[in-house]
Amino acid sequence: MKRRRTVRRVPPAGLRKACTGIGGLDEILDGGLPAGRPTLICGGAGSGKTLLTIEFLVRGANQFDEPGVFMSFEETLGELSQNVASLGFDLEQQIEEGKLVVDYVLVERSQIHETGEYDLEGLFVRLGHAIDTIGAKRVAIDSIETLFTGLTDTALLRAELHRLFRWLKSKGVTALITAERGEGSLTRHGLEEYVSDCVILLDNRVSNQFATRRLRIVKYRGSQHGADEFPFMIGESGLSVLPITSLGLTHDASDKRISTGVQRLDQMLGGRGYYRGSSVVVSGTAGTGKSSLVAHFANATCSRGERALLFLLEESPSQYLRNMRSIGIDLMPWVRQDLLRIHAARPTLCGLEAHLQTIHRLTAEFDPAIVAVDPITNLASVSTFAEARALLIRLIDFLKTRQITALFTSLIHGDRDAETTDVGISSLMDVWLMLRDIEHNGERNRLLHVLKARGMAHSNQVREFRLTTEGIHLIDAYIGAAGVLTGTARLTQEAHERDSEAARLEEVNRRERELQRRHLALRAQVEALQVELETNGIELERLHAQAEQQRIAAARDRAAMSRARQADTVAETSPTTARQPPRSRDGRRKEA
Amino acid sequence: MAEEKKRRPHSAKAGTHPGGDTYVLRLYVAGTTPRSLQAIVDARAFCESHLTDSYHLEVIDIYQQPALARDEQIVAVPTLVRSLPPPLRRLVGDLSNVDRVLAGLELLKR
Repeated sequence: MKRRRTVRRVPPAGLRKACTGIGGLDEILDGGLPAGRPTLICGGAGSGKTLLTIEFLVRGANQFDEPGVFMSFEETLGELSQNVASLGFDLEQQIEEGKLVVDYVLVERSQIHETGEYDLEGLFVRLGHAIDTIGAKRVAIDSIETLFTGLTDTALLRAELHRLFRWLKSKGVTALITAERGEGSLTRHGLEEYVSDCVILLDNRVSNQFATRRLRIVKYRGSQHGADEFPFMIGESGLSVLPITSLGLTHDASDKRISTGVQRLDQMLGGRGYYRGSSVVVSGTAGTGKSSLVAHFANATCSRGERALLFLLEESPSQYLRNMRSIGIDLMPWVRQDLLRIHAARPTLCGLEAHLQTIHRLTAEFDPAIVAVDPITNLASVSTFAEARALLIRLIDFLKTRQITALFTSLIHGDRDAETTDVGISSLMDVWLMLRDIEHNGERNRLLHVLKARGMAHSNQVREFRLTTEGIHLIDAYIGAAGVLTGTARLTQEAHERDSEAARLEEVNRRERELQRRHLALRAQVEALQVELETNGIELERLHAQAEQQRIAAARDRAAMSRARQADTVAETSPTTARQPPRSRDGRRKEA
Repeated sequence: MAEEKKRRPHSAKAGTHPGGDTYVLRLYVAGTTPRSLQAIVDARAFCESHLTDSYHLEVIDIYQQPALARDEQIVAVPTLVRSLPPPLRRLVGDLSNVDRVLAGLELLKR
């Protein structure tokens, strides 16, 4: 019993913590369990108490170099190691390496006869011996209440257990003590009165035929801790707790953009697609092309050499690959190059938490740039609305903190209001693409519009969404007096428009030709008149010249006559041809 | 303080225990507390008076031999373990109540 106490270097203000190494648990414990102190784990049968304690010891020995002692009142070493072998824990090997001691304590009522006063020193000695043998820093006792079934002196047992917990504290070991959940109290025998540093409650509830395990820290003296109920999972690699939310909305927002895989859709989203690390929901009724959008996005991501992770809840991977080939997207090469991983599972396969767990695990393993869940609404079918929403919040936070772009599809039932997503997730999403299906003119056509896109200028236009053998095509829908027209109605309308346009052009050409002709005719007329005018002017000049000559001749005749008559000679003014005013071209004169 | 007491003397009070088997008993105590010492005294006295010629009593201090506490599934002390004759019985307590010890060792006359 002379074990070297661990030296406490941390100032008394800060409580020393012992990491559990269990995913998520350390976060909500704000670092770990109180080091050097006992912690009580209570819960009903099958709530995971034993596993939690074993994992605490195994991880302590493997990851933190803290050997552990497991004192089991319920299962023998053989049973224990079989039970945890499926989680990849090799107890036998740890025992061989001197990192673990398992002490099975048998308390068999039929063998025991009480013949007077006693104490539990035997237990102390065994525990002390085990601790000293390997220099253990962690101890788990599962579950000590079995003592109450073998020994009858309850008052004495309670006093001894109280002493045990104080003794564990004085040994400086971090101890986990499990206890059965009691009616109206945390534990059946009131152990919580003695273990006051930290109490964790485990619970396994069944709702809608799906069991969800939950964990709550009832108290943790001297430390901050998450106060909510946290769902936890027993997965392939042990226990993991899923904090409801990461520590607030602190994730960084990226300015980088990532293509949607559809060129026109990129343009609709401010020309460059989604923001990296954003969450996108594509909602629509059945058969509106949600999965195809997912395939485009995955294809674009893999083409850039980045990884994509798809979770399918409706189709098998091979069915999905085949279907996407039919619209001209072959994802198989990406799968072969390990750029694309497809995980398919029926939502009813396991509870909601297990799905989230799988997503977490694969995401951590594969480290993708994008994660798509198709369709997210199916998850709501295995739980309640509130739970599905809580799960999504956690999922989105998880992906955002890792800067992973998330694409969720949301199936809307035709009879619902299309602009409410089933799981009420719209407010969590950064981008919401809405696919609709309109029936008109004896056919159904798909429409796409961007309902919201945080932080980017996006198109307000409704586009017709067509699935062709070369993938998705977005076409401007015809929007006119008759409303939005799509499909053949749009084609008819467009043809009609083309026809009337041609007719209009024809009419314009005809009128132009006619006017031109008239113009030419008028011009010819003008020219003829001009010629006539000039002819007229020349005529007039000649007439004037003639008249002048006649006047001169007459004057000369008159002079000759008067000479001949010897009349008085009155000096006649000299001939005044020069006095004539100049004539204009048109030959008109101001005076005759 | 592993102490041994072995007696195989001339039979005196025949018929004190049925069957005439040899009793193999081990008394586990923790240290030299008054309770431990009392238990040792009581155990010896009991054996002398009730098992006379055919018993084998071993006293083990679990402080000295902690590994034995584990191997023998000792939880409470003092514990008197009767390994023979079968079945195995554990008498938990300081052995001050003789009637209970007799009952525990199935030595009561029927």
